[in-house]
Amino acid sequence: MVGLSREPGPGDYDVVVVGSGPGGLQTAYCLQRLGIEHAVISADEAPGGMFRSWPIFGRLLSWSKPDAPYEPESREYEWHDHNSLLADEPELRALVPQQMDRSYAVPTREEMVAGHTAFATRAGIAVRYGCRWEATRREPDGRLVLETSEGEYRCRAAVFAIGVTQPWRSPIPGIEAVPHYADTREAASYGGRRVFVIGKRNSGFELADGLLPWARQLVVASPSPVRAEVLALSTVRVRYFQPLEDAVVGGGTIALDAAIESIEPTGEGFRIRAQGTTQPGELVFETDDVIAATGFRAPLLDLPQLGVVTVAQGRVPALTPFFESTSAPGVFFAGNATQGAAGLRRDGVVSTSAAVQGFRYNARILAEHLAERLGRRRTRAQVERSELPLLLANALARSPELWAQKGYLARAVSLDEPADEGVVPLEHFVDERGTDGAAVTVELDREGRIFPAVYLRRGGRLRIERLDPHPLHAFDGEPYRRSLAQLVESG
Amino acid sequence: MVDPGTLARLSLFASLAAPQLEAVAAVLDDASFPRGARVIREGLDGEAFYVITAGEAAVQIDGQERARLRPGDFFGEVSILTGDVTGADVVAETEELRCVVLAGGELVPLLLAYPALAVQMLTTSARRLQSANLWSG
Repeated sequence: MVGLSREPGPGDYDVVVVGSGPGGLQTAYCLQRLGIEHAVISADEAPGGMFRSWPIFGRLLSWSKPDAPYEPESREYEWHDHNSLLADEPELRALVPQQMDRSYAVPTREEMVAGHTAFATRAGIAVRYGCRWEATRREPDGRLVLETSEGEYRCRAAVFAIGVTQPWRSPIPGIEAVPHYADTREAASYGGRRVFVIGKRNSGFELADGLLPWARQLVVASPSPVRAEVLALSTVRVRYFQPLEDAVVGGGTIALDAAIESIEPTGEGFRIRAQGTTQPGELVFETDDVIAATGFRAPLLDLPQLGVVTVAQGRVPALTPFFESTSAPGVFFAGNATQGAAGLRRDGVVSTSAAVQGFRYNARILAEHLAERLGRRRTRAQVERSELPLLLANALARSPELWAQKGYLARAVSLDEPADEGVVPLEHFVDERGTDGAAVTVELDREGRIFPAVYLRRGGRLRIERLDPHPLHAFDGEPYRRSLAQLVESG
Repeated sequence: MVDPGTLARLSLFASLAAPQLEAVAAVLDDASFPRGARVIREGLDGEAFYVITAGEAAVQIDGQERARLRPGDFFGEVSILTGDVTGADVVAETEELRCVVLAGGELVPLLLAYPALAVQMLTTSARRLQSANLWSG
């Protein structure tokens, strides 16, 4: 089969995957397991995607614990390892923690790349490296053509696993003259200088943390305040809290809530004019360096001309629950860009699709969906009705998909003819018309409590039941099975 | 984060000065829905607050259209403020429906931080109530 041969060249395929970062590798692996004819192309020379260059200051934000309550070859271990790719074969699992020197619970980007390279090699994922996707068009028969540096790839579906890696600048007068995060110099070159970082999200605070030992003064500014109480419980605290502590004690770092009005070069440096937001008033800064840590966009090339609609100020494609463009059929995304499928934002909790821990599960769902779209019959395991409560309770207690993608991925069952529908996007479950079904998710409430939620779809009507939290998250216990039994049996 | 210029064109946010608009824009997301997609769903809670920026949506109860929503109209606030499940579906009725989105839990803090928004929302709600009373009377 062409799709499973090595380094597939230009030609006709059912699916073409663009990218060899974690999103591309995970998708390719899942397509390979399903036996779907496909080709993978990548402009890079080796696997790893964005982790080949970023984060600049080396360490990731997402953790992997080499030792955990579950064995590394188990599925449950995935909760404790947010960086490895998924595999059915135990020997392909948990490859990132195997690379870690255990000096910290989050890997370096070199350890991340080594883990993913080991995955690509051991899983035998055939990628045509050094092959750059340059343009896209649609044939009259609906097939997509990807024009590349090596020729044309035709396909029924294209999966763009191209990251959200193209520098994006917010529309501030003068910002085009300012280096972006991606252009940050060696840290030592900021020694003794005043540095103004635009942006108080991950990349802004990563720079502040990395430059703290060097810069004379650091200002980190954006219109919205940092919410320390939210950050404290998230993995990004690794980066945020040292600069914030310096700001709180007045140590030379300033975390500023301000809308920046203009940036003017002064010859020696820059003058920045801003308006305070939390505390109103005009502010003027003279600074030696400015860095725009204003984020990234997906490098969509000509996809908008093909009809791909975007959100987030043009930065990510708007996607269906199965990661297809809402406006350009057959154009799918994997990896970080799957954040464009927002889901239900249950209680304001967003998906983790912007990180490996979330999008690795999206890739598996995408591959299964593509198989169905290409005409494969989806096999559903029939289940005795009496077994449904235990199946759902076990999913709630132990399914890494539900824990990594809280309120976003669900385990669903059919109720008409009892069957296991597997893990599906919750949005798909609640909006699917027709058959009666039940689905469970693990969710977070506004107070940070983790609890199970049960969605029932009967006669086209939806109902939600929230079950109580449990101090040990033992959602497979008797009280939960009893509640689930009542819910799936109730008319 | 959404474009502050988009917010400036919506009556709900018209009373905010430029720096405040930027601060509000930073906590909002934008969303795009194809025709027929459900934005909020009858029977669920915990959903978000939406303001339409382009396109139209239908308020449907049991599949029957009860109202039409257009740019500048907002929805989702009733379930967030009362804690009850949503009483209607809101469905995209144009090729593309674009909205700005605020997580449900952020609505009250936003209204407390910018009371002018609360007054604007209350005024609109009062008009809706008046119109509903006229119809039912």
